[in-house]
Amino acid sequence: MSLVLLAALAMLLGGTLALFFRDGRRASLCGALGALAGAALGLPPALGALRGRSPAPLALDWSLPFGSFIVGLDALSAFFLVVLLTLCALSAVFGAGYLAGHGAHRRLGPVWFFYGALAASMTLVLVARDAVLFLVAWELMSLASYFLVVFDDEKESVRRAGWTYLVATHLGTAFLLFFFLLLARGAGTTNFYALPGAAGPLAGTAFLLALVGFGTKAGLVPLHVWLPEAHPAAPSHVSSVMSAVMIKTGVYGLLRSLLLLGAPPAWWGWTLLGVGAATACYGALSALAQRDLKRLLAYSSVENVGIIVLGIGLGVLGRAGGHPLVAVLGFGGALLHVLNHALFKGLLFMGAGSVLSAVGTRDMEHMGGLLKRMPWTGAAFLVAAAAACGLPPLNGFVGEFLLYSAAFHAAAREGAAWGPLAIAALALAGALALAAFAKAVGIVFLGEPRGERAAAAREAGWTMRAPLLLLAVFCVLSGHWGALVLYASSGALAQLAGLGPASFVLSMQGTLSTLWYVSAGFSLVVLLALLLALLRERLLSGREVGEGLTWDCGYAAPTARMQYTASSFAEPLTTFFGPLLRVRERAHGPEGFFPAAATFETETPGLFRERVYKPLFEAGLRLALKLRWVQHGRIQLYVLYIALTLLALLVWKLG
Amino acid sequence: MRTLVHLPLALLLAPLLPGVIHRVKAFFGGRDGVPLFQLYYDLARLLRKGAVYSRTTTWVFRAGPVVVLASTLAALTLLPLGGLPALMAFPGDLLLFAYLLALGRFFMVLAALDTGSAFEGMGASREVWYSALAEPALLLALAAMARQSGALSLNDLYASLSPESLYTPGGPALLLAAAALLVVFLAENARIPFDDPNTHLELTMVHEVMILDHSGPDLAFLEYASALKLWALGSLLTGLLLPLHEGGTLIDAAAGVGGLVLLAVGVGVLESCMARLRLTRVSNLLAAATALAVLALMLVRRGA
Repeated sequence: MSLVLLAALAMLLGGTLALFFRDGRRASLCGALGALAGAALGLPPALGALRGRSPAPLALDWSLPFGSFIVGLDALSAFFLVVLLTLCALSAVFGAGYLAGHGAHRRLGPVWFFYGALAASMTLVLVARDAVLFLVAWELMSLASYFLVVFDDEKESVRRAGWTYLVATHLGTAFLLFFFLLLARGAGTTNFYALPGAAGPLAGTAFLLALVGFGTKAGLVPLHVWLPEAHPAAPSHVSSVMSAVMIKTGVYGLLRSLLLLGAPPAWWGWTLLGVGAATACYGALSALAQRDLKRLLAYSSVENVGIIVLGIGLGVLGRAGGHPLVAVLGFGGALLHVLNHALFKGLLFMGAGSVLSAVGTRDMEHMGGLLKRMPWTGAAFLVAAAAACGLPPLNGFVGEFLLYSAAFHAAAREGAAWGPLAIAALALAGALALAAFAKAVGIVFLGEPRGERAAAAREAGWTMRAPLLLLAVFCVLSGHWGALVLYASSGALAQLAGLGPASFVLSMQGTLSTLWYVSAGFSLVVLLALLLALLRERLLSGREVGEGLTWDCGYAAPTARMQYTASSFAEPLTTFFGPLLRVRERAHGPEGFFPAAATFETETPGLFRERVYKPLFEAGLRLALKLRWVQHGRIQLYVLYIALTLLALLVWKLG
Repeated sequence: MRTLVHLPLALLLAPLLPGVIHRVKAFFGGRDGVPLFQLYYDLARLLRKGAVYSRTTTWVFRAGPVVVLASTLAALTLLPLGGLPALMAFPGDLLLFAYLLALGRFFMVLAALDTGSAFEGMGASREVWYSALAEPALLLALAAMARQSGALSLNDLYASLSPESLYTPGGPALLLAAAALLVVFLAENARIPFDDPNTHLELTMVHEVMILDHSGPDLAFLEYASALKLWALGSLLTGLLLPLHEGGTLIDAAAGVGGLVLLAVGVGVLESCMARLRLTRVSNLLAAATALAVLALMLVRRGA
C-alpha cells in the first residue's frame, strides 16, 4: 500500500523539483522522470491487486477535520490505477518533447508542478477510503487541472475555458459533498468500509447526487459543457491525461458509489442507460461537426464516456433483473472501454499535439497531406482513429462488442426493452464516430496541404513519437487479447456484478471464449490483408507502375483548394441533424461579374451551452444585480448584518 | 464439411450477381446488354494490368483495396447461406460481421480522401452519411430476428427460420425486418434508389466516384470486394425470405444460390422501374428503414 503512496509522492516530487529549474529542459526532465518513477513504483502493487493480492488498507494517524487518512487498494481501484500510471508516464514523456517548443519564452516549472500534483491527486482519489480524504483529493485534482488548462493564459479563449471548467467542477463537487454527507450521516462515520448501504431509504437521492457530481467530471450530457472548452485549451499532453484518465475518475466515482449504495434497483440502470445513450449519440454528432481538431477529440471523449456509462447501465439492469450474463457483459464492456478509450484517446490527443506543434493551428481546414510529412505520427493516429471507431482488429471493438452482446442478450433472451435502446444508441454513435474520424484522418493527414504551414510541417522528435508508437502497439495488443484484459479485470468485475462465485465463473467463461473467437476473427483479417498485400506486390512487380495527377474530370491544374474540406465532408450529416447541432454559418458570397473574394465559415458552439446554460446564468446574473442594494461598501452596515444574523440565529436556536 | 461449402461458392459466383442485374436491366431497356460474365472478364483483365497512382496519394490509398477485400472476405466466413452453415460461428458474430464491413468502409473512405479530389471527397462524405443511417437499421433488424429465434449467432439465427416461420405470429415482424434489410442492402451496395452505378457524371455517383483513381489490381480488388459485399448482404436477405433447409448439401447450395440470383433479378427489375432518389430524400428512406426495424422489434416483443 505504501508503494502506491510513494508513487504519488514521486510524481509530486518530480513536479516540485521542476519548479527550481529556470531551464525548460531540466524542468521537463524532472517532471517526466517523476512520472516515470511513479509508474515504476505504483504499477507492481496495482497489478498485484488486480490478481487478487490486495494489500491491507493503511490508516495513518493523520487527523483530518471530521475524517481520517485511510487508503486501500481493491481490484476496482487497481484497474483504474494501472490506466492512470501508464498514461501519466507516457504523456509526461510526450510532454517533455512537446513543451520544448514553449520553453524559450516561459517557465515550465509550474506546468510540471501542476502535472505532478494532478497525477498524485488522482492516485489519491483512487485509493482514498474516507469521504473527507476523497473530497480533498478530488478538489486538489480539480485545482491542479484548472491551472494546467489555463497554461496559455495570454489567450482570452483559454481564460474563458478555464473559468467554465472551474465553475463546472465546483458545482459538481457541491453535489458530491451532499452525497457523502448523506452517506456519512447514515453510517455515523466517513470511512468507506463502514458506508455501504448506509443511505438506506435515501439511496435513490444519493444515487442521483452521485450521478450529477461524478457525471460532471466524466462529461455526461448535459453536464459536459466544460469538456469541449477545457480539453482543447490545455497543452496536448495534459489534454491527453485529462481525457484518458481524469474524466475516468468520474466513471470510477460512479462505480464506487454503486458499491457504496448497495444492490441497485432497475431504475438506476434505466437512468444510466438513458444518460449514456444520449451522451454517446450527442457526443459523436458534435464531434463530427467540429473543425477544431482537439475539440473534435474532446467531443469524442464525451461520446466514449457515454458508451462507458451506457455499459454501466446495462450492467446495473442485468444485476437488478437477475441476468448474470448481462451484468458481466455490461460491466465488463464498460471496464474494457475505460482502458481502451484511455489508450486510443491518449494517443489521439498526443497525435493532435504533434500536429499542432508542426502546423501551429488546431483548425483542420488549414491542414492536409500531413501523412507524407509526419509518417510516424500519421500512422499512429490512423490506428487510434480506427480504434476509436470501434473497428476490428483494434481494441475499440472489444469493449463495444461486449456491450452490444449484453444488449443483444437482453433483447433476444430476456425480451427486455432496454436491449434495443442500447443497440440503437451504440449503432448510431458508432457510425457517427466513423464519420467523424474518417474526417479527422482524411482532412488532416491525407490529400494535399491546405496551407503553407501544413506544407512545411515536419515530423515530431523521438520523445514525442515514442509514446505514440507504444500506445499504437498497445491498441493492437489489447484488441487482439481482449480476453486476457477482461480476465485481468475479473476481480473488479466480480465486485461490480455482485454475483455468487459459481454463476460469476460461468458467465465469465462464456464471455472469455467468445472473446477468443473475436480474436480469431481479428487474426484472420490481419492474415488476409497481409496475403492480399503480398499478392498485390506480386501482381505489380515487373509491370508498369505510373504516377500522375489525381483525376479531376480532365482538369489539368488541380489545386489544394478544390479538395473537400472538414465542413463540407460533414455537411450532409450536420444538415440532417441540424436541429440538434445548430451549426452557425457566416457566408459572404461572391458578387458582381468578376467575383473575387468570398468567404464561408461554420461554427458549432454546442446546443446546451447556448440554449440551456447561457440563459440560466444570465438569469442568475440579473437576479444577483437586483440584490446589489444590499452591498454598500460601508463597514458599519456589514457589521449590522452580522449582528442581525447572529441575533436571528440566537432566537432560532433558543426560541 | 458443410461449413466449407459457402465460402468457395461465394468466391466463385459472387461476380455473377452484377451480371444478372445488368442483363435484367438490359432486357427491360430493350438492349442486348453486356455478357453475363462481364465482371469476370473485367477482373481478369484488371489483374493483368499495371497501375497508375496519383502523386497526392500515400500508402493509405494503396492499403485501401487490400483492407476492403480482406475485411469483406473475413465477413463472409461468418455468414451462412440458406441451409449452409458459416465457417465460423459464435454468439455475437453478427456484430463482428457488421463491423468488418465498417472496417472496409472506413478504408474505402480514407483512400478516397487520400486523392485530394473534390469528387472523391464528395463520394466519401455521402458514403459515411448513408452508412451512419443504415447501421442502426441493420443492427435493429438483426436484433428483431435474434429476438424471434432467441439466437445470437448468424448460424443459429438463420437455422431457426423455416418457410413456416413467416406464417407464425412473428411472421409480420420478420417481413418488416426483411424490408429494413432490403433498404440497407440497396444503400450499402450503392444501388438505385441510393446510387446509380451507371451514371456518367462523377457528381452524381457515390461508390463509383470513390474508386475513380484506382486502377489495375487495386481496382480489381475493389470490384471483387463489392461483388462479395452484394453477395454477403444479399444472403442475409434471402436467408430470411427464402429459408429453405432441405438437409442435402447440394440442394441447400442450389437453393441458396438460386435465392441470390432471384434477388439479383429483383434488383434489376427494381432498378429498371425506379429512378434515383433526390439526395435529400435518401436520409428519409434510411430513417424509415430504422423505423421499420423498430416496429419489427415491437411486434416480436408482443408476440413473445
